[in-house]
Amino acid sequence: MLETIIFYAFAIITVTTATAVVTVKNPVHAALFLVLTFFTSAVIWMTLEAEFLAITLVLVYVGAVMVLFLFVVMMLDINIARMREGFSRVLPLGIFVAAIMLALMWSVVTSDYFSIEVLAKPEARAADYSNTKALGAVLYTDYVLAFEIAAVILLVAIIAAISLTMRKRPQTKYQNPSDQIKVRKADRLRIIKMPSSGKDS
Amino acid sequence: MNVELSHYLILAAILFSISIAGIVINRKNIIILLMSIELMLLAVNLNFIAFSHYLNDLAGQVFVFFILTVAAAEAAIGLAILVVLFRNKRSIVIDDISELRG
Repeated sequence: MLETIIFYAFAIITVTTATAVVTVKNPVHAALFLVLTFFTSAVIWMTLEAEFLAITLVLVYVGAVMVLFLFVVMMLDINIARMREGFSRVLPLGIFVAAIMLALMWSVVTSDYFSIEVLAKPEARAADYSNTKALGAVLYTDYVLAFEIAAVILLVAIIAAISLTMRKRPQTKYQNPSDQIKVRKADRLRIIKMPSSGKDS
Repeated sequence: MNVELSHYLILAAILFSISIAGIVINRKNIIILLMSIELMLLAVNLNFIAFSHYLNDLAGQVFVFFILTVAAAEAAIGLAILVVLFRNKRSIVIDDISELRG
């Protein structure tokens, strides 16, 4: 019973804030609503006994991705009025498309294949069951190749983000290591023959 | 009254539809578009986790793990592109950047 109350309460908050994300004027508010959506989703994931992923959602999404979003939104000088052009004109179209998709998906997922008789709710795990441990046990054995590919994807993301946003400023002073290594004695040292001068001159 | 699998699936479907509507009605706003994509991925992840719980199979959670990785990479690169775009155009309204005439 408690589980049902928790599910409905957080499902309502999730849907409300998700609607707010796509409808509010200010992108900063949208980002903050998205943070709340992620939080409530993490709670719902926890009721599904996916504790590790729930914490990961909060840490990675709220802690990293949404902070990045907020940084970018606040850094850029955004013309909100121009972005809202045609909002009310396409609003009926958006609702129409969403309603059709929702009706289709609804008719599929409410079929008997997913009912409580076919797929009963599994027994709750014991208190000493560690979701993190179980996930790690399969992640580092069965899915180790996928895990390494994920690492490569993150590396590619780092390199792409840095190389896209880095720019050379002309007034910045920096060293060029290859020039420093290639330097020869003749480039830097100049020996000048000059006559020695007397003491009294 | 118990929470059954279809409840979670319907919640995910509602979230997915909201993000579809968000993509349609915020066509000019790249930032909200990126946020809608994040919402979509969240809905998909909820489906994976619900099935993983009810079928008692950890593979769904492992899949969500990798989706989170890819989504983080996608957000980082997308926002980097956005910053470069703003630096060159001084604007991120989609009408100003349709130079490829797509």
